Amino acid sequence: MSRSFRAELVKLVRRPATWLLLAITLVLAVTFTYVFPYASIAGGTSGPNTDRTLPMLLPDRLVGNSLGGLPVFLGSIVLILGVLTVGGEYGWGTWKTVLSQGPSRLEVYAGKLLALAAAALAVVLAVFVVGAVSSVLIALAEGQSVHWPAAGDLLTGLGAGWLIATMWAMLGAVLAVALRSVALPVGLGLVWMLAVQNLLAAIAAPLLDWVAQAQKGLPGPNAGSLAAALGAPGDTPGVAATVGGGQAALVVAAYLVAFAVVGGVLLRRRDIG
Amino acid sequence: MNLPVHTEGLTKRYGPLTAVDDLHLTVHPGEVYGFLGPNGAGKTTTLRMLLGLVRPTAGTVRLLGRPPGAGRLTGVGALIEGPAFYPYLSGRDNLAVLARYAGVGADRVALVLDLVDLTDRAGDRYAGYSLGMKQRLGVAAALLKDPRLLILDEPTNGLDPAGMADMRMLIRRLGAGGCTVLVSSHLLGEVEQVCDRVGVISRGRLIAEGSVAELRGTAGLRVLADPLDEAAARVRTLVGAERVRVVDGGLELAVEPERAAWLNAELVGAGLAVRELRPRERDLEQVFFDLIEKGTADVA
Repeated sequence: MSRSFRAELVKLVRRPATWLLLAITLVLAVTFTYVFPYASIAGGTSGPNTDRTLPMLLPDRLVGNSLGGLPVFLGSIVLILGVLTVGGEYGWGTWKTVLSQGPSRLEVYAGKLLALAAAALAVVLAVFVVGAVSSVLIALAEGQSVHWPAAGDLLTGLGAGWLIATMWAMLGAVLAVALRSVALPVGLGLVWMLAVQNLLAAIAAPLLDWVAQAQKGLPGPNAGSLAAALGAPGDTPGVAATVGGGQAALVVAAYLVAFAVVGGVLLRRRDIG
Repeated sequence: MNLPVHTEGLTKRYGPLTAVDDLHLTVHPGEVYGFLGPNGAGKTTTLRMLLGLVRPTAGTVRLLGRPPGAGRLTGVGALIEGPAFYPYLSGRDNLAVLARYAGVGADRVALVLDLVDLTDRAGDRYAGYSLGMKQRLGVAAALLKDPRLLILDEPTNGLDPAGMADMRMLIRRLGAGGCTVLVSSHLLGEVEQVCDRVGVISRGRLIAEGSVAELRGTAGLRVLADPLDEAAARVRTLVGAERVRVVDGGLELAVEPERAAWLNAELVGAGLAVRELRPRERDLEQVFFDLIEKGTADVA
């Protein structure tokens, strides 16, 4: 499996789309977490995010600010990475090329999932780093002192961020295996994350109690709950304390494993076209 | 003996469609075996089953004596249904990635690139390759593991005449070097030039198998003599009426070519003017179409 992991890492790192997605992730994270809120505060303008005060943008809030995008927007980008990593093999017809070299399907798939997990960690680390730089710049610009979160909180935040990001990457992977393509899994994944989840939370759950209860078992609300438990701003889309942080972490981990296993079973059973 | 390829009752059905039907295929060590059939006959599905890409509905496959499972493709190289690589990587990097999967050293990459004459363009992105270059890279990938069994699906697709000749030479060289080669094709000339033995598949069934000479069947003689009617009557008397056909103003005789001198003497002795007397070989293309037609009729 280590051979497959190394091969997958090379493919992931050398693929231009990977870097494009990372760049988009970081631009979105900085723009919506720091630039727009700071522009609002600095300009004294009012808007729907008026509860974002200067202290919320300073380094000691790094963990929550870095996790806020992962339940929906940044998570969507990681989902696309998961689809591209697995679905690309269908799109280019390269499954046969790889498998003809001898590795089993599950070895290759496991290598892909490990590479995605590593990529998810890199993305989360990058989001924390650009968040740290942004918050320090704001603190310096506003003459505020710089206080960092405790090391334990930082590690917990990184772990939670990795868990959420990896879960979305695994969802992308299983969609790619199930639909054996790239475009449709990306489309369906984004519709789920950007539209269906929000519609359920904003419209269906307040109207129907069973939808509200079902929300507690869905991946998005649990990712949002985990981020909320670690200080993500409550006005961020997808962030809400639907369940407790501990339960949310367990549910997210369970989805991560379930997506990985279902993808592996499907890939093993089906013919490679 | 561990046969390079051995299948028993190999069958693949897609719903009501039977793509491969009870296929018993054996390829012997060191031979170049041609797997011949028209498009849609089941060649690629069979090769995919050999490699484990498609699961058989019934039957068994053994490659180099090994049943399906971990390590079954050790010593096996393959190019199936056209080359497929990562477009953002160069040819060399594509092979380097595949070498990691295969667990072979980077030195093999340079070696196989040289074998297929692609070293000069190995640094270019695969997306910019011509069809012929892609095909050669596919063959290079199949050779990465220095295979004892090489499975090639239509390896000359996209190659220009010189490239096709090079590919045939490479296949012959590999065969001569002890590598067993199973090559599928619908190009009869290609198969005729490189293969020791040929299997013909039609509608998923192996309808004939043997050397090219065996498939051509008994050779014969073609005779042009005047007057034709008298010559035909005389020859029927000499070799038997059932062995003589009048075709295109001449006689086609199903007799051994070695009897040409005797026949010539008999005809001249009978006062007939012999204008032409030569051995006649059945064209492989005609053999192929006859077999396919017969196979189709049998299935129907």
